[in-house]
Amino acid sequence: MPYAYREHIADMGIEASAGTLAGAFEAGVEAMLNLMFDLSTIEESLSFPVAATGRDIELLFVEVLNETLSIQGLRGLALKRIKVDSIKTDDDRVALSGIVYGEKFDRQKHVVKTEVKGATYSGLFYNSGEGGTHVLRCVLDV
Amino acid sequence: MDIKIIKISDYLYEIPKTDDMLVPGRIYADEETIAPLVKELDRKAGSFTPALLQVANVATLPGIQKASLAMADIHPGYGFAIGGVAAFDMDHGVISVAGVGFDINCGVRVLKTPLVKSEIEGKKEELANQLFRDVPSGVGSTGDLKLNEDEIDELLVKGSSFVVERGFGFPEDLMYTEENGVIKGADPDDVSRRAKERQRKQVGTLGSGNHYLEVQYVDEVFDGQAAQVYGIKKDQILIAIHCGSRALGHQIGTDYLKILEEASRHYGIPIRDRELVCAPIKSTEGRQYLSAVNCGMNAAFANRQMISHLARSSVASVFGINPAEIKLLYDVGHNTCKVETHEVDGVAKKLLVHRKGSTRAFGRGRPEVPEAYRSVGHPLLVGGTMGTASFILRGTELGMKECWGSTIHGAGRAMSRVQSKKQWQGGEIIKDLASKGIVIKSGSRSGVAEEAPGAYKDVFKIVDIMHEAGINRKVALLRPLACVKG
Repeated sequence: MPYAYREHIADMGIEASAGTLAGAFEAGVEAMLNLMFDLSTIEESLSFPVAATGRDIELLFVEVLNETLSIQGLRGLALKRIKVDSIKTDDDRVALSGIVYGEKFDRQKHVVKTEVKGATYSGLFYNSGEGGTHVLRCVLDV
Repeated sequence: MDIKIIKISDYLYEIPKTDDMLVPGRIYADEETIAPLVKELDRKAGSFTPALLQVANVATLPGIQKASLAMADIHPGYGFAIGGVAAFDMDHGVISVAGVGFDINCGVRVLKTPLVKSEIEGKKEELANQLFRDVPSGVGSTGDLKLNEDEIDELLVKGSSFVVERGFGFPEDLMYTEENGVIKGADPDDVSRRAKERQRKQVGTLGSGNHYLEVQYVDEVFDGQAAQVYGIKKDQILIAIHCGSRALGHQIGTDYLKILEEASRHYGIPIRDRELVCAPIKSTEGRQYLSAVNCGMNAAFANRQMISHLARSSVASVFGINPAEIKLLYDVGHNTCKVETHEVDGVAKKLLVHRKGSTRAFGRGRPEVPEAYRSVGHPLLVGGTMGTASFILRGTELGMKECWGSTIHGAGRAMSRVQSKKQWQGGEIIKDLASKGIVIKSGSRSGVAEEAPGAYKDVFKIVDIMHEAGINRKVALLRPLACVKG
């Protein structure tokens, strides 16, 4: 997945890029989950729908990240990835729907890394630049 | 944006009030620690906002009083710099999510044991193992206390006393917890169901990242009188607990970030950056967020209370002592916003004080300080790193005047987690610290690498800056013997 971690002294900046906006969202979510777990230790035996809205794409990015964290925390999961089904824009909102995949968190099985507390509005950035590459950035509170 | 820095004294720098700043920025630093902060301003815009720019940005928020402050452990955060302190007028001021953080009332609690260093040397490993077994830590950990919806609501209102009433601790513990372990004005209806649900199994869990449970000894006493008042002496074994409100706080932060983003627009608040979203304190959104923060603070007090019970049991079982012999020194938060009375231009005034990675530091005489400590002020608990040292400090009158009774919360990070992991491996750090007599227990090797002692500023220097600036006084130096990390 095309993502990278950007230097932040206290927290963690993530940057995702892809040829489609959906792909950039998928990469961004994986960048966050990869901070929390060794993703190779997680199987995709469970799936849950995700829906989020934002006033713009940057705010939607934070919403999707936080929604993923909430679902994971509420259901006691180790999540591996998100598959974005649709991103729709109406007058003043952008809405995303998708499915997250993973399994029940198992301390014996899953290799844990760092806890992510939440996605913030710091370093928040979206750009669809030349060549149609969509770039999303955000700072996570870890 | 150009930021001008003026040296006020050897330990204090100022960002003069310019442009839309309502007050100046004030940073406690010396020549050595201000230099990397100034250098950081030159970096290209992108992944994060430099800490000094964050200090200046906070100075633009409506209702801010006197100065946007940064303690000596300042480094970039989100919105507010870590080590950032700002007080707001209750009528015209704002409340900000970034001024509290996602880990609401993250703080430090220190327990005093009757043991001395020589008694535990041969049993350090056993004690560390026992603590690691008894205190749930790490990503996804759950506690033994499972609460239903009504019980969660009760915990959010009652804080530490909810836990003590169930036999996990002693009533005396409440006297030695900031605000007696309960913040008034906490309405569980202002906390989402989702936040409560996420907390149901997390009471009494340490979490991960920079949170820890540490066995320490008193290596040096600087202020004999204060140490006597606090009941600590050289070589005494202390247990330090650093954690916060866990998933409940994270979810409250997430929920209200969105609500205050809308509110910032709705009320037309001029913010320089989205990371500073806020609401007028008196608005519906502002009042609800403050109430939710109060709930989060109570959850954090309760969490540390439960961990204290578990840690007491561990120490008691390893050393055959009575848990009641392990007394609470103090419990104080460093990610908070509180309504407090302070003097502004010679007049006592109610203010909302945000402390983001800053410890409340009330000096002698304040009614909020436990009676037993009132002659010297309450202990300020400053966590260093697992390889260096922690400190107990006390507040001063100057600190009350200049910093709204606030100080540092730790050493402050000097290096990013990415850099830290590139430079060190968890296993090597554990081995290196073992050779220095420090036992580390952690479920995450990469977590240990991120928290490498070398990734932090020099805690001795940071403490000395605040001491020399007269904002607080050193009481005791604590050294680690064993550390449990999530």
